[in-house]
Amino acid sequence: MHRLPLKLSLVAAYNLVLLILGSEPALAQTTVDSVFRWDRLNAMILLVVFSVVILLYIKWAKEGKPLFLRKIPGLEAVEEAVGRATEMGRPVLFIPGIQELDEIETIAGVSILGRVAKITAQYETPLMVPVRYPLVLAAGQEVVEQAYTEMGKHDAYSKDMVRYVAGEQFAFAATVNGIMVRERPAANIFMGVFAAESLLLAETGNAAGSIQIAGTARPEQLPFFIAACDYTLMGEELYAASAYLSHEPLMLGGLKGQDLIKILIVIFIVVGVILVTLGIGDTFYGWFDLGN
Amino acid sequence: MSGIEILQIWVAAFFTLAIFSFLYKDNPFFKLAEHVFAGLSAGYYVGLVWKSIILQQLWYPMMAGEWLLVFPAMLGALMFARLVPKISWVSRVSLAFVMGTTAGVFLVSQLNGMILPQMQATMLPLVLSEGAGATLMALVMVIGVISTLIYFYFSKEHTGALGVTAKVGVWFIMIAFGAHFGYTVMARVSLLIGRVNFLYEDWLGTFLLIF
Repeated sequence: MHRLPLKLSLVAAYNLVLLILGSEPALAQTTVDSVFRWDRLNAMILLVVFSVVILLYIKWAKEGKPLFLRKIPGLEAVEEAVGRATEMGRPVLFIPGIQELDEIETIAGVSILGRVAKITAQYETPLMVPVRYPLVLAAGQEVVEQAYTEMGKHDAYSKDMVRYVAGEQFAFAATVNGIMVRERPAANIFMGVFAAESLLLAETGNAAGSIQIAGTARPEQLPFFIAACDYTLMGEELYAASAYLSHEPLMLGGLKGQDLIKILIVIFIVVGVILVTLGIGDTFYGWFDLGN
Repeated sequence: MSGIEILQIWVAAFFTLAIFSFLYKDNPFFKLAEHVFAGLSAGYYVGLVWKSIILQQLWYPMMAGEWLLVFPAMLGALMFARLVPKISWVSRVSLAFVMGTTAGVFLVSQLNGMILPQMQATMLPLVLSEGAGATLMALVMVIGVISTLIYFYFSKEHTGALGVTAKVGVWFIMIAFGAHFGYTVMARVSLLIGRVNFLYEDWLGTFLLIF
């Protein structure tokens, strides 16, 4: 592991001051190659600021400070959809996207799956989760089992609730379409990364008469979900969903911290626009440069 | 064209039509195509992972002396613990590793690749020498970015000035979705044209050879 020697730390502090004053960092070339990317110092500072903000909010959430979140209509509908499935005696279909676990949207989808599984466990509603990748299968089985155990319904849990169906994108879509028309789930919940199969899935579910809730951060797929689903979570609403549904301090604090960061970004942009318009914004503008 | 090639075209045409038949309703032809497609893809991916990951990215480099690869190999092997219920919890180590690194890598990549460049790209001068059109575009860009960010602010009810700004943001989002919708539909239509073209030229073409 690299350790920053004292001399280099002093150079780093000196360069930081120069950078804030708008000058080129001294000794940049010698240090870039060996230890530190000076051209990315701004990113590091923002990363530290953002992390501190989020960690502070998580701390407050854990201490029990009341943290307000506005209602997100699509999320309110999740419980309603599961309730409808229970009344109709039909299953709930949950798809955590079509990408691997190394996509943050998939992680968000799996996290929401945990909450949905708690509701299906509570109402004893059948749950079906077809997946496309083995790691998502493993993670999905873990969170669903955990949810059923927490609700005291471990006996109702079956590993087959989360099942691998196909590795190829359209083979997956064809199989899920088959499930939709044969098993006739009362509710379809799509949360995660979706691509060209988004409309194939949502339209089939719509034709089968299921209530549909979708969430993705892919702008090119959102219009299809908006057209074919009853409720849609757009972009960051997907990431907010798990915090909103669970109200766990860790997630809630993270979400509140991100809200403050958004306000900081808006302030930075407004200040930047004013300074650039007045013709004195070069230094401020340069703070957001990433170099090569 | 050889007999084998004609057979391949007929098999592809049969499965294309079998999948299209779902447009009418679920039927045995669609079921057959669906199961063949799913089974083939599972088998294909096993072969693909074996060759391109296990052999090319793990085994060959390790044989060439890259012994650090033993760590990812161990993380992968831990996943097999799921087959033994008593020690299945061990596989959580690999899952936690993937989820943790994804979140960490994503944090930095989003900051470097999205947040900072977009902030900079939005800091546009609102008085431009290039004329009123350019100034208007800059204004639209600044208002669009800020109002959209406000829409995704969850800590306050969207009422009053915040509500109006969020509503403006929704308009920007919907206009962007409209553009995406048109663009993506065009791409899907080109996929359909490709399939219809295959049926019309390749498949119907074989009729002339056979009959």
